[in-house]
Amino acid sequence: MKIAFTATGEGWDALIDPRFGRTDYILIYDEEKDELVSIDNREIMDVAHGAGPKTAQKIHELDPQVLITGNGPGGNAASILKQMQLKIYIKASGMSVRDAYRSFKNNKLILGG
Amino acid sequence: MRLAIASGKGGTGKTTLAVNLAMKAKEKQSCLLVDLDVEEPNGGIFVQGDLVAEHEARRAIPDWDAAACTLCGKCPSWCLYNALIKLGDTILVMPNLCHSCYACSEMCPASALAMKPDSLGTITHRRFEGLDFVESRLEIGLEQASPLISQSLAYIDEHLEKHDLQILDSPPGTACAMVSAVKQADFVILISEPTPFGLHDLKLAVQTVRELGIPFGAVINRDGIGNDEIYGYLKEEKIPLLAKIPHQRRIAELYSQGAMLYKEIAEIDEALEDILSYIGRLR
Amino acid sequence: MKEIVIISGKGGTGKTSFCAALAQHLQDDLVVADCDVDAADLHLIFEPHNSLATDFYSGVLAHIDPLRCIDCGICAEKCRFDAISNASGQYTVDAVDCEGCGYCYHLCPENAISLKEQMVGQYMSSETRFECTLVHARLRVGADNSGKLVAKVKAIAKDTAKDQGKSYLIVDGSPGIGCPVIASLSGADYVILVTEASQSGVSDLRRIWELVKMFQIPGALIINKADINPTVTKQLHSFAKKEKILLLPEISYSDDFPKAISMGQSILETNPARWQPVISEIWKAIKERI
Repeated sequence: MKIAFTATGEGWDALIDPRFGRTDYILIYDEEKDELVSIDNREIMDVAHGAGPKTAQKIHELDPQVLITGNGPGGNAASILKQMQLKIYIKASGMSVRDAYRSFKNNKLILGG
Repeated sequence: MRLAIASGKGGTGKTTLAVNLAMKAKEKQSCLLVDLDVEEPNGGIFVQGDLVAEHEARRAIPDWDAAACTLCGKCPSWCLYNALIKLGDTILVMPNLCHSCYACSEMCPASALAMKPDSLGTITHRRFEGLDFVESRLEIGLEQASPLISQSLAYIDEHLEKHDLQILDSPPGTACAMVSAVKQADFVILISEPTPFGLHDLKLAVQTVRELGIPFGAVINRDGIGNDEIYGYLKEEKIPLLAKIPHQRRIAELYSQGAMLYKEIAEIDEALEDILSYIGRLR
Repeated sequence: MKEIVIISGKGGTGKTSFCAALAQHLQDDLVVADCDVDAADLHLIFEPHNSLATDFYSGVLAHIDPLRCIDCGICAEKCRFDAISNASGQYTVDAVDCEGCGYCYHLCPENAISLKEQMVGQYMSSETRFECTLVHARLRVGADNSGKLVAKVKAIAKDTAKDQGKSYLIVDGSPGIGCPVIASLSGADYVILVTEASQSGVSDLRRIWELVKMFQIPGALIINKADINPTVTKQLHSFAKKEKILLLPEISYSDDFPKAISMGQSILETNPARWQPVISEIWKAIKERI
């Protein structure tokens, strides 16, 4: 299973970014390969409108089954993510990516609506 | 005459002034009140009346034809609003980001993005005690007020009989939406309060109408709650002061009940008289 | 570091006054972000100085190079915003009407049209007459606020709070329910809704709450001018109860608000005897829940 995280930095110690559309980084953990990949999303800073959809498009290309984030995607992004069979977990802000992953595995995260 | 009522910020009494002015004006001339604060039209709280007509305003947005599309993937890069997203073998259109520029539709080599009508909002025409009232309401989720504002004014020109006085209750602020409403007016009344906030925001509004080259005047609301700095500014800038409305707790109470203020408060009735006679002399 | 966002659906409810009072109450353990860019008023109370300002660019404006233009008129014909005309003798783009869609850039057979990034304002980080830093922005007249600018202001405010080791980030949020307000809310740990006891106050509150609900951020409600309309205040009470919004102490209509503003002060400075206990109570209730 592939798990995506919105993060403020790279690597397991980075903190979960509470934002979705304007998140600084997208991290993807491939459980089978035990590989954590970081994607720099910071160019999104220059986007005036439609940041959510742009980031959602990136997520789509990465094809995860789970997304772990903070507040959750706004309306535009949410409607795009709905098209994917994606489980979105929210309220992970403040945790490190590692802790967020552990919480997820222990069923401690909240499923977003 | 087309009169716009605007302010640099919200909460200054713009709608209250527009509504009361319209109700008083219609006693002596044919009057149309237009609520162009399309994201949050509040005029209807004070003015209800019978429905005359309801019009669904539309705008064009691209509709993706999966069968015709060759998935060349060029269209998302053309859209500067990020309203087109390519998700694998699907092109998604984000309606509330689309500005209806037609670029993608007309440039698509496979003609797979024909423009189709989409709901922009509603334009409602009511008649209340001899006053014609048009309210425009933007479809929930849409952010661009300007297209609906322009369409509303066009609708009025086309479908309603000409009134002696048209009062436009403009959106607050000095951004796109306010400019769309105000740029079609013959005269603008800027309403503000005699406080540092009020003065600061009035200056922004003054800058905007000056850039648009439309004659304007000021009405000061809640006179007495602050200081006289704003009056000094108006004098210095030679901006006509059309009326002052005093600050009274009673006014706030009546407002919260949706009451018609000029019928209860003499000072407001006088202020409206002053405004109407000034407007009358302009014609 | 906890982020508290203060929003209200409509203007004139007292949001900015509360923001200033709360900021003053927290003394130096905070950074303040003014995301109400279209009507940025906090600076009138905070008196920002020693500002670090950066130009802010958003969107583009089309520009026709008269030397390359062959007067074919295709751009003017196709522009959906009537922004191009040759009334002046040569084809030019009207800066107010141009929406920056870029269509004309693609159409021009002579590549005579370029898209220029528009400088629409500035964002700044300033010292204030209180003990905290204020991050704020100023837009040019006619320019629109956007998620981009709010996100920028918040990002800087957040970094500043971290660097300075402050416990709180107080955000004066954008009005409405679009992208700027979403960007204001994004990342919030708590939301304070400020409304007034009037019909328009109620309807605006409902709309904004839908947005806050979507993000599942806990919130509290301050009803200002509560005694102006007890019926509406009751409505607001039931709404808050139903939606599980914490009801903070009601505020009766007070001339202290406009008075404070007219003097460029926070209500705590204008009338500390009256407002210190109220703000303390409000903060205590919120602090317990963060």
